[in-house]
Amino acid sequence: MSSEQIVCDKSDLIENSGVCALVDGEQVAIFYLPTTKQQVFAIANWDPCGKANVLSRGLVGDIKGEIVVASPLHKQHFNLQTGACLEADVSVKAYRASIVDEKVIIA
Amino acid sequence: MSAQKIVVVGNGMVGHHYVDQLIQSDIKADITVLGSETRPAYDRVHLSEVFAGKDPSELAMTTREFYQENQVEAHFGDAVVDIDRANKKAITQSGRQFSYDKLVLATGSYPFVPPIKGSESPECLTYRTIDDLGEIKANAQDSKIGVVVGGGLLGLECANALKNLGLETHVVEFAPGLMGVQLDDSGSKMLRRKIEALDVKVHTQKATSLIDDQGDETKLRMHFADDTHLDTDMIVFSAGIRPYDQLAKKTGLEVGERGGIVIDYHCRTSDSDIFAIGECALYGNMIYGLVAPGYRMAEVAVKQLGNEEEKPSFKGADMSTKLKLLGVDVGSIGDAHGKTSGAISYIFADEKEEIYKRIITSADSKKLLGAVLVGDCAEYDTLLQYFLNEIDLPDNPESMILPNVEGGAPALGASALPMSATICSCHNVSKGDIFSCIDGGCCSVADVKDATKAATGCGGCAALLKNVVDSEMEARGISVDKSICEHFPYTREEIYHLVRVGEIKSFDELIEKHGHGHGCDICKPAVANILASTWNDYVLQNNHVGLQDTNDTFLANMQKDGTYSVVPRIAGGEIKPTQLIAIGQVAEKYNLYTKITGGQRIDLFGARLNELPDIWKELIDAGLETGHAYGKSVRTVKSCVGSTWCRYGVQDSMGQAIDLENRYKGLRSPHKLKFAVSGCTRECAEAQSKDIGIIATEGGWNLYVCGNGGMKPRHADLFATDLDDETLVKYIDRILMFYIKTADRLQRTSVWMENLEGGLDYLKEVVIDDSLGIANTLEQQMAHIVSTYQCEWKTTINDDEKLKRFRQFVNSKTEDSNVVFVEERGQMRPASDDEKTKLIAKSA
Ligand code: SRM
Ligand SMILES: Cc1cc2nc3c(=O)[nH]c(=O)nc-3n(C[C@H](O)[C@H](O)[C@H](O)COP(=O)(O)OP(=O)(O)OC[C@H]3O[C@@H](n4cnc5c(N)ncnc54)[C@H](O)[C@@H]3O)c2cc1C
Ligand code: SF4
Ligand code: FES
Repeated sequence: MSSEQIVCDKSDLIENSGVCALVDGEQVAIFYLPTTKQQVFAIANWDPCGKANVLSRGLVGDIKGEIVVASPLHKQHFNLQTGACLEADVSVKAYRASIVDEKVIIA
Repeated sequence: MSAQKIVVVGNGMVGHHYVDQLIQSDIKADITVLGSETRPAYDRVHLSEVFAGKDPSELAMTTREFYQENQVEAHFGDAVVDIDRANKKAITQSGRQFSYDKLVLATGSYPFVPPIKGSESPECLTYRTIDDLGEIKANAQDSKIGVVVGGGLLGLECANALKNLGLETHVVEFAPGLMGVQLDDSGSKMLRRKIEALDVKVHTQKATSLIDDQGDETKLRMHFADDTHLDTDMIVFSAGIRPYDQLAKKTGLEVGERGGIVIDYHCRTSDSDIFAIGECALYGNMIYGLVAPGYRMAEVAVKQLGNEEEKPSFKGADMSTKLKLLGVDVGSIGDAHGKTSGAISYIFADEKEEIYKRIITSADSKKLLGAVLVGDCAEYDTLLQYFLNEIDLPDNPESMILPNVEGGAPALGASALPMSATICSCHNVSKGDIFSCIDGGCCSVADVKDATKAATGCGGCAALLKNVVDSEMEARGISVDKSICEHFPYTREEIYHLVRVGEIKSFDELIEKHGHGHGCDICKPAVANILASTWNDYVLQNNHVGLQDTNDTFLANMQKDGTYSVVPRIAGGEIKPTQLIAIGQVAEKYNLYTKITGGQRIDLFGARLNELPDIWKELIDAGLETGHAYGKSVRTVKSCVGSTWCRYGVQDSMGQAIDLENRYKGLRSPHKLKFAVSGCTRECAEAQSKDIGIIATEGGWNLYVCGNGGMKPRHADLFATDLDDETLVKYIDRILMFYIKTADRLQRTSVWMENLEGGLDYLKEVVIDDSLGIANTLEQQMAHIVSTYQCEWKTTINDDEKLKRFRQFVNSKTEDSNVVFVEERGQMRPASDDEKTKLIAKSA
């Protein structure tokens, strides 16, 4: 991805859950956790374990202090900041995400 | 001392145990193992499980690698044929010679085949080894009828195997009764009744005189001494075992009159450098045909090699047994025939339930000498402990076996057992051993199992072991952490109470008051589920949506490629042709793979996320509603047509099924719930395999509870009989709400009930007798759920905000390019990885 870009409105996000956006042909899962400091997180939507584009549809939470999403297919956890998988030796791409003026920005 | 050369002949269960014990001891030894079977030792006791689907490799007790790692030289498939005692050498069939300082014979035994003319035919088999299993299976393939000769313990196990292979099964026994060694006359008769009820034909007092090929439509005919005959395709002999003592005889060791290598209490044969252990050994004129005594001999024999002054000795062994034969519980303890002089008996027989129990006590009724249990072994563990530890019986010993007597049978608490009490006889683990494990830091049944091997042999002691461990943990005030996850220091049941009592309506409120952190994929769905079964709010409400498990979030079941399945409710399996057509039209329009499910309804697969709302809109317009296939909730009420159509039906099972499904649909519970209603005892709806099963009777409905299929099938238990409609519903209301209140997360009703202290009887007390005084509350709570039902899909398609969620991308109308279908048998299915690569390459 080249540079920062606005992908959607804050109102497109779902509190404590994820949605998916198409950014330069890449599927990006965007999570909105209003009670955390960072508030929005973005990682690739592709689940390398289950081999499907589904991470945006997983449950979010924290495990031993790491903010994670659990894959909806087989429940592996991915760190929302780094994209690292807690159970398997794989990781997914992590993006920088922020909300500015009610717009969601991904880089 | 330099290493002694130890040669072990025979690598069966006992031979291996000997090697294992020797390796673990600090005795220096060069060990050689010589086995005539082609594979290392395996678990013969569980051989029959192979017929029930187990892979023979799972029976292995050791491996060649294990022996190698421990410097044990092992040769398989090469029997020892001679022992040169003068030069201390063992010689094998292939001519190899192994010199020894000490030789151990662990050659076991072989099935006895009576010398009957014709018994050498290829359809006449035996049952002792993995190789035998293969032959039995192969023979069964082109057989319809199978006969087992011998009605003892092994014979009946073998009969079960033949039944599992789908054969019409007969048992032919020479004696007047079955299992004559372990059971008295009446016990044996009861066992026969039960086995015959299972369609196994039993022929007693039959002496086979000839086997030939004169069968009418079968391969063989057995002729009996009384001039009758029986046609069969195959015969398995299980008429007793004979010790492998030929080797001992040949080399001049002392053997018993009726076979068996004579040993002393140190397990030495008449040559002090040769030991014999296990089923080939004769101690005190007795062959011990069980593995536990063999293990004890192995341990004793190992100890003789050590330096200790005091050498332990073998003192005989208890031959009590508890078994499930053809699904029938049978137990035999001590002097089952009451032969001790002055012994008296207490007997209980229930011919309706087909239960027989007898205890034999000393003349003064103070000590238990023996017991026979057929049809129900619930008291076996307790009785065995009374017997083994010579515990004084209560004043009214009959209470030990009478059902529901005033004051109840005095179940022997773990605390009443002496420290020396053997808990696991297979691995010789005493209560004291378990306590020292707990002293050493073990704090669960699993830890103790790992440390002592208790309950890893025949498994018969598992319940007692759990009892001993749990009660000791409790006594020591060690609490086991049962918290649901790191965010809440509570069990599911405790969280349920917090929600109800504190009238908590959201996850945020709950975690703020009673937990910490953000929650996770364990606690969030569990709490969402509790909130739903308590308040029954719309599950996609803003403050609930992020809590739902994958499937509930989108009200559909996610498939492997990220698409979804759609399951409309078809209550009781009844569907109007117009609705069938509507389903067909939707499937065709959206190109969905269509299948009749195992639950009497129709599943449409391969819907993309963004198609779900449109699909549901059309289904709802056709009068259909959500089937909750995605939720931990009521799934289906399976039905049969019942009295409306069927010539046997005695009640309207169809109407009942539909009413029940409509009453409980949408009910969220700790795990999914399945029901069925059958119109008569033929049970076409398979109600006895459901959480709630109902079978029509002339007088009303019989209610069965807590059954399931799935991973660990369990037959439902009969809960109440001849209920009218109103009482039936009342009981189900109470049972389900009590389950929701007290079960663990993802615990089905079967496991829940088995873990309820007091089990079925307790559940009956709570539900039927209202022993906790909560029946009214439970009914009211259910009434609330029933009155607040909504079709979640209907609510969803009418809410534009909610529909936004069903977009594949928030910023594009493109579809997921990784969802690729191919056609098979005229319908589409997800492409495999290979197919995808090819298809994508082509289109690029
Ligand atoms: C569709 C269906 C198979 C079929 O092609 O026929 C099916 C499909 C699934 N079953 Fe099933 N089960 C289906 C009937 C059954 C039955 C038969 C029955 O209900 O009579 C059983 C055994 C009976 C029982 O449950 O006692 C059954 C025992 C299971 C189990 C094991 C439960 C257990 O206690 O061991 C699971 C796993 C679980 O729930 O944890 C399971 C889980 C599943 C899941 C939900 C697995 C998943 O998470 O993806 C499947 C997805 C359903 C979907 O995508 O729509 N399914 N499943 C059947 C749907 C019935 C319906 O109309 O709702
Ligand atoms: C179907 C079945 C179910 C059973 N169920 C139970 C049960 O529930 N509870 C229970 O306690 N017991 C049960 N038993 C009995 C139990 O399996 C035996 O008591 C136990 O296996 C005896 O062990 P062993 O080592 O003495 O003999 P085995 O296990 O028979 O091993 C002896 C080994 O020595 C080999 N051998 C023989 N001669 C030679 C030779 N000359 N050279 C080299 N090798 C030789 C044999 O081939 C065999 O591999 C069951 C047995 C069977 C067949
Ligand atoms: S269960 Fe009874 S009523 Fe129902 S279909 Fe079978 S035989 Fe007929
Ligand atoms: S008694 Fe057999 S495993 Fe414990």
